[in-house]
Amino acid sequence: MNRREAIERVAWILGGTVIGAEFFLSGCKPSAGKVEDLFDKDHVAFLNEVADTILPKTNTPGAKEAKVGEFMGVMVRDCYTADDQKIFLDGLGKIDEAADKKFSVKFMQADVKQRTAVLADLDKEQAAYTKTKKKEDPNHFYYMIKQLTLLGYFTSEVGCTQALRYLPVPGKFDGNYPYKKGDKAWALA
Amino acid sequence: MAYLNTDSAKQNTFDAIIIGSGMSGGWAAKEFTEKGLNTLMLERGRDVKHLKDYPTTNMYPWEFEHRGEVPYDIQQANPVISRCYAYREDAMHFFVKDTEHPYVQDKPFDWIRGYQVGGKSLMWARQTQRWSEYDFEGPARDGFAVDWPIRYKDLAPWYSYVEKFAGISGNKDGLDNLPDGEFLPAFPLNSVERHFSKVVSGNYTGRNVISARCAHLSVPQPIHTEQGRVMCQKRILCQRGCPFGGYFSANSTVIPWALKTGKLTLRPHSVVQEVIFDDKKGKATGVRIMDTETKQVMEYYAKVIFVNAAAINTNLVLLNSKSQRFPNGLGNDSGVLGKYVAFHNYSARISAEYDGDMDLMTDGRNPAGGGYIPRFRNVKKQETNFLRGYAAGFSASRWAHSDESGVGKSLKDNLSNPSLTNWKVGSHMMGETIPKKSNTVTLDPNQKDAWGVPLLKFNISYDDNDAKMKQDYFEQMTEMFTKAGFKNIQTYDSKQAPGLDIHEMGGVRMGNDPKTSMLNKWNQMHACNNVFVTDGACMTSTSTQNPSLTYMALTARAVDYAVSEMKKGNIT
Repeated sequence: MNRREAIERVAWILGGTVIGAEFFLSGCKPSAGKVEDLFDKDHVAFLNEVADTILPKTNTPGAKEAKVGEFMGVMVRDCYTADDQKIFLDGLGKIDEAADKKFSVKFMQADVKQRTAVLADLDKEQAAYTKTKKKEDPNHFYYMIKQLTLLGYFTSEVGCTQALRYLPVPGKFDGNYPYKKGDKAWALA
Repeated sequence: MAYLNTDSAKQNTFDAIIIGSGMSGGWAAKEFTEKGLNTLMLERGRDVKHLKDYPTTNMYPWEFEHRGEVPYDIQQANPVISRCYAYREDAMHFFVKDTEHPYVQDKPFDWIRGYQVGGKSLMWARQTQRWSEYDFEGPARDGFAVDWPIRYKDLAPWYSYVEKFAGISGNKDGLDNLPDGEFLPAFPLNSVERHFSKVVSGNYTGRNVISARCAHLSVPQPIHTEQGRVMCQKRILCQRGCPFGGYFSANSTVIPWALKTGKLTLRPHSVVQEVIFDDKKGKATGVRIMDTETKQVMEYYAKVIFVNAAAINTNLVLLNSKSQRFPNGLGNDSGVLGKYVAFHNYSARISAEYDGDMDLMTDGRNPAGGGYIPRFRNVKKQETNFLRGYAAGFSASRWAHSDESGVGKSLKDNLSNPSLTNWKVGSHMMGETIPKKSNTVTLDPNQKDAWGVPLLKFNISYDDNDAKMKQDYFEQMTEMFTKAGFKNIQTYDSKQAPGLDIHEMGGVRMGNDPKTSMLNKWNQMHACNNVFVTDGACMTSTSTQNPSLTYMALTARAVDYAVSEMKKGNIT
């Protein structure tokens, strides 16, 4: 019984949307070659800086410390369709283009404020696109990056144990527990 | 445990052979060995030892390379198993991939399998309910299948027997359509589940929402401690195998118990090709297997043989056991072998939202999953335009919700400190399907697998009764949800193929008449008295309960009978 909940429980981040579910369930065969670039030093560093701009170090560690850059590479290689892999890879160039257009600087050379502004623009763009996107329309590259950043961070060790509360062995179940608004959320089991 | 490496007849002779080591085979092993019989249990897959062979059980979320997701290539190559809710990165090693063990689908059938010691008892959903008198009377009253040769009173003491050993949590709800058992304390409903329960029992006669009954140790008893199991810790990672033995599996409970007697020989990597019937002796003498590692074909002999290969594979073994006496499969004088296969209709769900109890949440995790609505349609008399009825799950939960817009610190703070949504409620249907002659599994005449066994062909489908029942589920649940003040009610028809319910049953049905059934009231073959079938294949009808508990009870009862018949000299 409640087999669905097994899936739903895994998907609570972002208000219950299964992150990337539509990527994982559609499309055609992955292509060889370029995806491997995601694992070279420069790409990992680039993805880590993008992720760390989305989820920076505050009083808890940021996405770079959670190695979200490496994680994105693994997921794009193993869990994306060929179409989505291409969109993702092309998208990395578009981040540099956007930085160049706005501040005449490469993303990696931009300061934190500039990086945040560049990604904030892309975030608005993807939000508007995703809102009206039909199922068969291609995904927005920044939507993918953001989803993977959030998934990677909040399932990482620092994300689970520091940004969230991680309780692998609850030892109890109380069906009638007072709710205090603002309590820290629970990590996945 | 002894592993056999000789094929000399004497060394290969046992008192009892059990084909299959899962839910029912595991119980047969416990019962036979406790009664002192030298027992061989054959398992086609690898060994999975409790605690030792649960590689993911203590892994953290971040230790999974894909954080739970099954890589795309594997999903593409294995579409059937990828539709199974539990086929995720943490438990995929316990499921059979489509590519490893092909079968033929004349009509779509999602055949979900676990080929290892313990079978699917490792990954099952652990819901356990007794059948009632009304369930056993179903076929006779409504004129389908054949009459069950047993009634509730025949099985009630055996339900008690297996419940005490396995450990079943639940409340004594006093419902005649879902008899009470030997329960450990139930896991409680949460506040919204209780609200719904009150609304339903207050507005309807014969409808109830109770705490789901499940095979978890809420409060272990001395017998469970003796098994080496401790209290369920509410991790809800059961499908990985439980380091606490918090739920019942063959691996954690009955197999170690049987091994402790010194009477059990467990032989993994052993695909049974057929049960050997000796035309001269007029009885089954043993089984022929292929060792999947050496590819060696070997024979084992015993006085009595229990076929517990899981419903569909039990059909396969018997269909492939041909002799002069039984040219169409062992015990198949009636011609019903492989026919009247049925399942549960799990294709309907309904969800809604509730704005009450906003000051409450839950703490920890509920291994029972929430509430259970016992069947309420056509229980005591026919009252709808379809036969039989459905049970349903019901659960309520609140989701973490946060503003996911933006970049940087505010986004991170939002996500780290989400608020909770209102309550999301959901239910899923578990419908009885009517066993039909046309729902069959047969041997493919041409194709064989790597172990010399013909591939199975599936010809199983829903019918009009299932469609009408589903419509009624949507209507009744919508009405009940509306009365409870739930909003935004949405129905969902998954249109999934039969099989994904993982409750396939029948093909070797029980019945009083040898002309129309395979097994008598003791799960003993009418036409071959030293062969028994006590897994899902024996089911004359399916009712709506999760079936495993009934297989356990039927198995313990059948072993008790078989051993008494051996003592009397009626089985030699």
